[in-house]
Amino acid sequence: MNIEKVDRILEEHEYKHSAIISIMQDVQGIENYLPEDTLRYISEKLELNLTRIFDIATFYKTFSLTPRGRHTIRVCCGTACHLGGASQNLEQMKRTLHIKEGEATDDSMFSLETVNCLGTCALAPVVMIDEDYHDAVSPSKIEKILSSYHSESKRL
Amino acid sequence: MKVPITIDGQMVRIDSGAPIIDAAKKAGVVIPTLCYHEALKPYGACRLCMVEIIINKQRKLVTACNFPVEGGMEVFTDTAKLRNIRKMIIELLLARCPDVSSLHAIAKQMGIKSSRFKKQDSTECILCGLCVRFCEEVVGVSAIGLVSRGIDREVATPFKVASDVCIGCGSCTYICPTGCIEMVPDKKIPQMRTMKMGQHSLNPCINEFQCETCPIEQGFFEDMRLVIAEFRNN
Repeated sequence: MNIEKVDRILEEHEYKHSAIISIMQDVQGIENYLPEDTLRYISEKLELNLTRIFDIATFYKTFSLTPRGRHTIRVCCGTACHLGGASQNLEQMKRTLHIKEGEATDDSMFSLETVNCLGTCALAPVVMIDEDYHDAVSPSKIEKILSSYHSESKRL
Repeated sequence: MKVPITIDGQMVRIDSGAPIIDAAKKAGVVIPTLCYHEALKPYGACRLCMVEIIINKQRKLVTACNFPVEGGMEVFTDTAKLRNIRKMIIELLLARCPDVSSLHAIAKQMGIKSSRFKKQDSTECILCGLCVRFCEEVVGVSAIGLVSRGIDREVATPFKVASDVCIGCGSCTYICPTGCIEMVPDKKIPQMRTMKMGQHSLNPCINEFQCETCPIEQGFFEDMRLVIAEFRNN
C-alpha cells in the first residue's frame, strides 16, 4: 500500500494508540484487506507492538489478512438465520462460486465469509454483500443476487 | 491506608486496593493459581483463584488475583461452591491438555481422578498468557502474543513467521507452567539453539548459550525452582 496514504490516515488519527482499530478500518477501506507491510509500517510509526496489532487483526472478524474479492459476501449463521436455513444458503453459495468459506474466487470478484449475527434477525436468513442486506434469502435466489453484482461491475 | 479484612475467619490488616491474593498470603491461606505470577500484573485468565466474598452484605464470586481489597470485606476460600467451580475448571483444562503433569498434580490434590469431558486433540498450552505477559512486561520486546479468539486462540508470533524482535532469552520456556515452549538445538548452526513454540520458531540465542545462567548448559531451571521454593517458604 502507498506509504503516503498510510501516513495520511495516521495523521488523521493523530498517531494515537487508542485509534488503532479506526486506523486499521481505514486501511482496510482502501485496500480491502490488511497488508502485512502496512501493518509493520504502522507498528513502527505508532511505536506500538506488532503483536498487539496482530492480536487485534485476528480478533475481529471484519479484518482480513488475506486479499479479498471485489465484493465480500457475508452469510449470517446466527440463531434466527440458522433456523431459516442459512446452512443451505451457504452450501449453495459454495457450489455456485466454487470456493470455501474464507476464500476468494479466481477472478477475485467475490470472497465468502460467515458471520454469527448481523443484527437484523427479523430479515432472516440474511446475506450481506458489501454494504447491502439481502433478506429472506433462499438457495434458489442466490444465483440471481450474484448475477446482479456481475452485471453491475461489467457496467463499471 | 491499611484496612482490616477477614479471610476464612482470620483477621488481616492490608493496604486498601491490594489484590485479595496478597492478603491471603499474609494470612497464610493458600489459593490455587495457574496464571498468577508475583513479577507480573494480574491477568485473571485461569479463574482458578476464585474466592467468595461478602461485601456490603452481598455475596459475590471474584478472582482473588485482581480483585481489590476493601475494608470490612469477608473472604472465603474453601466453600462447597468454590470447590465445584475449581473442579469444573480443572476438568475442562484436563480435557484440553490431557498430557500436562502439573495439571494432573493439581487434579490429584483436589481429588479429581479423570475429566468428565471428551478429550481434545492434545495441546499443552492452557492460554494462561504468562509467556506473553513476561515477554511484554519484564523482557520488554513483545515477541509473542495471543492471536485469534475462541477455540482458535493461541500463542504465536506476528504473522506466524519467525520473530525479528525475539532476543532468545528463554524466559518464556522458563515461565511456562506446562512446558509447551521448548528450546531445541539448531541443526544448521552448531551451538545455536532455537525456541520452539508449536510451529513457530523464535530467534536463536545471540550469546550462543554461553551465559552463566543458560537454561540448557547449567541446569538453570532446577536452580531457579529451588530459589523460588526457598523464597516462597520464607
